[in-house]
Amino acid sequence: MMAVFMLERWARDFRMTSILTYTFKNLPSTSKWALRFSVRPLSCSSQLRAAPAAQTKSKKTLAKPHVRNVVVVDGVRIPFLLSGTSYKDLMPHDLARAALSGLLHRTSVPKDVVDYIIFGTVIQEVKTSNVAREAALGAGFSDKTPAHTVTMACISANQAMTTGVGLIASGQYDVVVAGGVELMSDVPIRHSRKMRKMMLDLNKAKTLGQRLSLISKFRLNFLSPELPAVAEFSTNETMGHSADRLAAAFAISRPEQDEYALRSHSLAKKAQDEGLLSDVIPFKVPGKDTVTKDNGIRPSSLEQMAKLKPAFIKPYGTVTAANSSFLTDGASAVLIMAEEKALAMGYKPKAYLRDFVYVSQDPKDQLLLGPAYATPKILEKAGLTMNDVDAFEFHEAFSGQILANFKAMDSDWFAQNYMGRKVKVGLPPLEKFNTWGGSLSLGHPFGATGCRLVMAAANRLRKEGGQYALVAACAAGGQGHAMIVEAYPK
Amino acid sequence: MVASRAIGSLSRFTGSRTLRCPGYICRTFTGSSALLTRTHVNYGVKGDVAVVRINSPNSKVNTLNKELQSEFTEVMNEIWASDQIRSAILISSKPGCFIAGADINMLAACKTHQELMQISQEGQRLFEKLEKSTKPIVAAISGSCLGGGLESVVFIFTGPGLKPPEERTIEYLEEVAVTFAKGLADKKISPKRDKGLVEKLTSYAMGIPFVRQQIYKKVEEKVRKQTKGLYPAPLKIIDVVKTGIEQGSDAGYLAESQKFGELAMTKESKALIGLYHGQVLCKKNKFGAPQKEVKHLAILGAGLMGAGIAQVSVDKGLKTILKDATLAGLGRGQQQVFKGLNDKVKKKALTSFERDSIFSNLTGQLDYQGFEKADMVIEAVFEDLSLKHRVLKEVEAVIPDHCVFASNTSALPINEIAAVSKRPEKVIGMHYFSPVDKMQLLEIITTEKTSKDTTASAVAVGLKQGKVIIVVKDGPGFYTTRCLAPMMSEVIRILQEGVDPKKLDSLTTSFGFPVGATTLVDEVGVDVAKHVAEDLGKAFGERFEGGSLELLRQMVSKGFLGRKSGKGFYIYQEGMKSKNLNSDMDSILASLKIPPKPDVSSDEDIQYRLVTRFVNEAVMCLQEGVLATAAEGDIGAVFGLGFPPCLGGPFRFVDLYGAQKIVDRLRKYEAAYGKQFTPCQLLVDHANSPNKKFYYQ
Repeated sequence: MMAVFMLERWARDFRMTSILTYTFKNLPSTSKWALRFSVRPLSCSSQLRAAPAAQTKSKKTLAKPHVRNVVVVDGVRIPFLLSGTSYKDLMPHDLARAALSGLLHRTSVPKDVVDYIIFGTVIQEVKTSNVAREAALGAGFSDKTPAHTVTMACISANQAMTTGVGLIASGQYDVVVAGGVELMSDVPIRHSRKMRKMMLDLNKAKTLGQRLSLISKFRLNFLSPELPAVAEFSTNETMGHSADRLAAAFAISRPEQDEYALRSHSLAKKAQDEGLLSDVIPFKVPGKDTVTKDNGIRPSSLEQMAKLKPAFIKPYGTVTAANSSFLTDGASAVLIMAEEKALAMGYKPKAYLRDFVYVSQDPKDQLLLGPAYATPKILEKAGLTMNDVDAFEFHEAFSGQILANFKAMDSDWFAQNYMGRKVKVGLPPLEKFNTWGGSLSLGHPFGATGCRLVMAAANRLRKEGGQYALVAACAAGGQGHAMIVEAYPK
Repeated sequence: MVASRAIGSLSRFTGSRTLRCPGYICRTFTGSSALLTRTHVNYGVKGDVAVVRINSPNSKVNTLNKELQSEFTEVMNEIWASDQIRSAILISSKPGCFIAGADINMLAACKTHQELMQISQEGQRLFEKLEKSTKPIVAAISGSCLGGGLESVVFIFTGPGLKPPEERTIEYLEEVAVTFAKGLADKKISPKRDKGLVEKLTSYAMGIPFVRQQIYKKVEEKVRKQTKGLYPAPLKIIDVVKTGIEQGSDAGYLAESQKFGELAMTKESKALIGLYHGQVLCKKNKFGAPQKEVKHLAILGAGLMGAGIAQVSVDKGLKTILKDATLAGLGRGQQQVFKGLNDKVKKKALTSFERDSIFSNLTGQLDYQGFEKADMVIEAVFEDLSLKHRVLKEVEAVIPDHCVFASNTSALPINEIAAVSKRPEKVIGMHYFSPVDKMQLLEIITTEKTSKDTTASAVAVGLKQGKVIIVVKDGPGFYTTRCLAPMMSEVIRILQEGVDPKKLDSLTTSFGFPVGATTLVDEVGVDVAKHVAEDLGKAFGERFEGGSLELLRQMVSKGFLGRKSGKGFYIYQEGMKSKNLNSDMDSILASLKIPPKPDVSSDEDIQYRLVTRFVNEAVMCLQEGVLATAAEGDIGAVFGLGFPPCLGGPFRFVDLYGAQKIVDRLRKYEAAYGKQFTPCQLLVDHANSPNKKFYYQ
């Protein structure tokens, strides 16, 4: 999900790129990338200055002839909590139920109007593999409303929403609830494969002799459990490790990463204090107090953050606990409708959901570069330029990952050599970027983040008076997603 | 006894699907002429199996009455006489009910215990015949089967099919039973069941006289402890079983019918039958269907009561908003509802999924969002008139025109609450009892302005919540609180007179109250008791005097609020079953001590001082028209206040005990204490003309 992989050949550059002051003359010829990026150290302040002063809208609306307009009426999420805190005794569908009930309460939509329900999730609870259905039933939805669950790593909720958009745009349905859920406090831990095999064989054994012979094969190591790893299946590398390698490849320094993480936490804290995170709903946890706020927002200081040891690549890595997103429990849901249906029901929608793209790259080397790939594509598709976008909402897996994407987006070389584009798409101006915090600070329940991004985009547009927002995210498997959210005229 | 005898002899069968022969469809009915002639019992013949269907007309359940018994005997005789029939099955045509038990009306109609004995013996004879039947008889039972109904209950419930599930379930049950009966007749299936090891051991142990004696003793002890000797039936049942085992079945049957006859004629039997009828009455909406069914309920205040009301509403599928002023208060209330449901999960009465689904009917919030859709708002905020006024005004600004405003108050007059309402016809009182999910009673209070439709709506909601409902007129303390207050006043006086709180508790429980009088004060809450005593004292003056209010005031000032504060007359500790007296009460009691009056301070006098004040006030409520019927008065007293069920309620008690005797007692206490014991006019009237009764059935 958050992992980044670099080309093996870059590994050699690792030492060099991470220390910019080193002489370049010894660099092997294959390190062109690293050179280019390393000579352009990125800092937040330089970004601010670089922001264009005036906006020129190239388009009034993104409505298309003969295609139904799809709107998001509203969306909610339960507070995102560090895993192992207040939600730890619940099951994923409990969180999803709370989000669904909260959405019903927020929108007052009659349950029987909802045509279809889609939820995204990543680490599946084996008892509720179609968590969308269990949550919908438990939340008191009609048993006549079908529901399915999608999974696409960190963009699972995005997939849930765009599936809904597709169903509505094609005229199949009018009202779809999309959401996502993740409970990292409890993950399925399995018996070892050997143990599972023995147990299944025992089930089938008919005679005592057969059973005894099976049992005699038992060895103590059968009992060692199999943990789900937050690692790429195809490469077996944990995310943090690959994120660290990515940061190194793009020459993102530790201070830069810490600075970006601090920015995320500070902005999230400010947004929380100012009551801007209006999609958060209180959740009364059975047996515990009512949870009202995200609990992962912890603005610290650069000095404090600098003290942390690298979490993955020890001791020279740059990715630490402070500049990575943390394991999070949470759930979110949005109400999506055909525009005419929403208006007929008397709703004032928050935003249009416009064009979207999914991209995918080499899961080994370009794992977390989804936003860099998706951004130019979606702008092109929508006929917009960077300047047209008033709000950017990017998923922050790691500080290093966001900054690496920035560098990729700002590089003609990268555009030409890896994306087959003539010119770079350019940098998103930081004052428009994740201004209410991001996954680093608010938390990142894998399956639920997508809806948070869209609601943050929609709410920011409403609050700040902008028209277009660009949502983008990376995902494990080397995939990525971007979507244009257009403010609904007030 | 009869039933248990029948178990072994009637062929058992289980509803296991493996027994069903899928290809078996045999619907050749012969002897269908029998179908037309009888009203309760009919039979048809499928192949060589007689299918006896029990179906009492115009009733939801089958009850063992004279007609059913005689028709059943006729039918069985025909079956035994027929050469064509080799086996029979008994089945009910009522969904979910085989035979509920004896018909209470039939028992009540009997004048003497001989008559009752005869009924019992007829039943015994019939069962004996079934027992000795040469043709196998299979009872196919799905659903409730109590009393004289046959044991061996089989649960079959078919899901969706091509017919309504109830209908198909009965049909399927019949198919299985017919196959089984055929198997029995053809000796393909054995009616004998292998005894398990435990069963064998038990029967061996029961063969030893000493073991048996010990068991009788133990059982009797337990029953005595539970009934406090107030309910005669359980002890007699032990007697009968004992007779049957020790002296043989004939003596057992005889003893059974004799004791049955005796028991059915006791006062306790009459009292309990009366309560049954009263309860049936209070489970009906005599105000008719409301114009608009309540689908969206909103409750204000997530305290003990508010959350309790929410719990009994959401589990009946009512969409309920629970609103409180603070997040902490709301969270506490939500947790109470969740815990109530979760306890049911622990008892396996619900699945965790059902719990969650039910819980989703509850919306907790701090604002008035969604009140525009509410059909009824029940306020359960703190008992303070100005607060209730504020809440009423706030709510009326957001609710639709048809929405009913109900106040859950135990003592504040509804018309005073309604005084600030723009639409007093929509204001009503709904007095729930704590804990709401356990206490069955709901007291609905109407003012002169309350419309009939509003009342109908409140009753409908109450019935949906599973409540037994009495509808009373508005007034200080309504009915229940008003009856309780003078008794509480007497409790305090008795304690002031130096009676030990524990002793007072045991005196009241041995009279039949489920909770001792001192404990009751702690349970109700000392502050609440004080509040009510002050209010009603003002309204009714001298008649409500007795104990000194100072006692309650001092307790409140010391924080002894009863169970909720951990200390009252007793000390309450989490996880402690036995409770100790609060020794800090000694000084308070000592400072307020008054000398007891020896003439009226015997144990019995203490019991009657409490009960007669209660009864006198209840009768006065009927006299003043607060109560519409005596039956509601009895139901309210028993289900809401724990008046001894074996006495049937205050009015039944007057009828059975004798109005004159009660008036005599009141006069005696009046002489000692004055006006608090002056019998009310209606009670005096009843005493003066012995033919006058509250009940004539």
